[in-house]
Amino acid sequence: MGMIQSRQDQLAARIAGQVPPLGLADARADALDRLAVTGLPGKRDEYWRYTDPMILNEPAARKAAVFDASDETPIFGAIDRLKLVFVDGIFDASASDPLDLAGVQIDRLAECQGSDHWAGAFYGVLEKAGQTPVNRPFAGLNSAFAREGVLIRVTGKATKPVSLIYIHKSDSSDVMLHHCIKIERGAEMTLLESGLAGARFNAVLEVELCEGARFHHIRAQGRNHDRHEVTHLFARLAAKALFKSFTLTANGALTRNEAVIDIRGDDAVAYVAGAAVGDGKFHHDDTVFVTHDALRCESRQVFKKVLKNGAVGVFQGKILVKSGAQKTDGYQISQALLLDGDSQFLAKPELEIYADDVKCSHGSTSGAIDETALFYLRSRGVPVSQAQALLVLAFLAESIAEIEDQAIAEDIRSRLEGWLARHDH
Amino acid sequence: MLSINNLHVKLGDEDKQILNGVDLKIGAGEVHAIMGPNGSGKSTLSYVLAGRDGYVVTDGSATLVGADLLAMAPEVRAAAGLFLAFQYPVEIPGVGNMTFLRTALNAQRKARGEPEVSAGDFLKLVRDKAKRLQIDADMLKRPVNVGFSGGEKKRNEILQMAVLEPKMCILDETDSGLDVDAMKLVAEGVNSLRNAGRSFLVITHYQRLLDHIAPDVVHIMATGRIIKTGGPDLALEVESNGYADLLSEAY
Repeated sequence: MGMIQSRQDQLAARIAGQVPPLGLADARADALDRLAVTGLPGKRDEYWRYTDPMILNEPAARKAAVFDASDETPIFGAIDRLKLVFVDGIFDASASDPLDLAGVQIDRLAECQGSDHWAGAFYGVLEKAGQTPVNRPFAGLNSAFAREGVLIRVTGKATKPVSLIYIHKSDSSDVMLHHCIKIERGAEMTLLESGLAGARFNAVLEVELCEGARFHHIRAQGRNHDRHEVTHLFARLAAKALFKSFTLTANGALTRNEAVIDIRGDDAVAYVAGAAVGDGKFHHDDTVFVTHDALRCESRQVFKKVLKNGAVGVFQGKILVKSGAQKTDGYQISQALLLDGDSQFLAKPELEIYADDVKCSHGSTSGAIDETALFYLRSRGVPVSQAQALLVLAFLAESIAEIEDQAIAEDIRSRLEGWLARHDH
Repeated sequence: MLSINNLHVKLGDEDKQILNGVDLKIGAGEVHAIMGPNGSGKSTLSYVLAGRDGYVVTDGSATLVGADLLAMAPEVRAAAGLFLAFQYPVEIPGVGNMTFLRTALNAQRKARGEPEVSAGDFLKLVRDKAKRLQIDADMLKRPVNVGFSGGEKKRNEILQMAVLEPKMCILDETDSGLDVDAMKLVAEGVNSLRNAGRSFLVITHYQRLLDHIAPDVVHIMATGRIIKTGGPDLALEVESNGYADLLSEAY
């Protein structure tokens, strides 16, 4: 009882004085009602066993120094894309491209009242569905209070990626963004996310894929050190849909990325992958829940982390195969490369299978650099730091290989190379 | 070229002494062979020369063209012209064979103050050398040694040697695990690299490799020392009589 009370107290303190925006009132009220029951998570919750939510629960964001990333060219800079810029969580029209892309309808959440917009019946629906069987209070909090975000409805094949660019100018910005994407039958789009959103960042992305729809998502989080970030990605797939999401995370005091994938239609494919690199004060948590509820679907989870100087990596990944989801092909791998004895990797892979004709595999490893391979490279003349970087990139390569677009994959790879060069000691 | 004097080596994490005063001098352009029973210290000698961790030199010296080999990091030894063909070439998943070779070549050239080789020139260079060793394009594209057969791994070692053009090549049981045809191919590869400026140290258990790579000098190693040195005939003697006679002579 005491614990329940404390969760409610934390929630009350967290939202004191905050008023939900007027638009989408029903969805927001519903999210608040749900939140009132669950409260905010505590350290003793099984789902938060490896990641302490305390800082995310606090009423205000802790200060995070504004990070200067000008020593690197901006990521995705060479990709032809439609740029939408958010500064400390507020849409910046002057820095953005016009919201105009053939086959794609783009609106701002801040301007959506709900009743006369497709997103009125969409906003918060997948988030709500994703609260079962596990509570995800920060996603509910986001649905209740987020003012900004994009609403994207795709009816054709988008000619270029939509790129969400986050800029951090205030050292105390507490940012919430909620994006909704609906990809109609046979349509296709790529979403890029990059930049530093704020001192604290709570993001929700809801993606619905209709029959035969295709969605590619490539996200780059980093390189600021002080940020605290919790993100939720909710996706629902109809028949023959294809969903691929990749996240690069560099640095960050706390990052929790949850992905909740619900495969509802036959012959659909869902891949979620990530590469995370941390040095020192770094806690990175990938929490993934994939539900198979249709025939002959494939899912893959490929997560790699490189950790040094006391960095902590967490992976909680689950594949749930419902009865009747025959011929499911589920794969899950989570691996950490610990570059010293101080770093830690905590992994909880789970399979829960109620169908009898399925193929599911999972693996989780943590280990150091292979000294034999390192010596082999050095014996051929490769200097030790370069040899280490080669081996670390080789370790990460399997996750980067999940990105279909070669130019984007190469961009991600070069970011990791840059990070390794900067953290070479 | 290579000069080893009174080299004493023990394993780093225990007191076991492996090399007990090895003396060996190899002149430019010479091919020397070291034969010896299991546990005589042959592979240890090759690892110590290449700079592998885990060994402690307790006495003696080793120089390459006059430079103190033992004071150099492994990559510095490589840039100085030392090459070890591994008994068990290492598999490196995720690193392409071509990337590996080009990185190694350019790192060595950079260390020597030479210009790097462009991607186009490198491709031509490797294709030409690979063809002679019957290494196909697919092997070059695959990750280093991953999924290679025993013979492919050894041919890949010789390819690296051909591309890196070292001065002093050490072949650690390059014949182990090879069938006769593969051994011939490897030997041809080695022979094509023989020249007046390049020396070889061939470590082997058996005489048969030496039928294909004709040595100038043959050494017998036992209990961490060179116990006998002679011409090619010494290898034939070992082949017909085994090591027992030589070992008893030495004590």
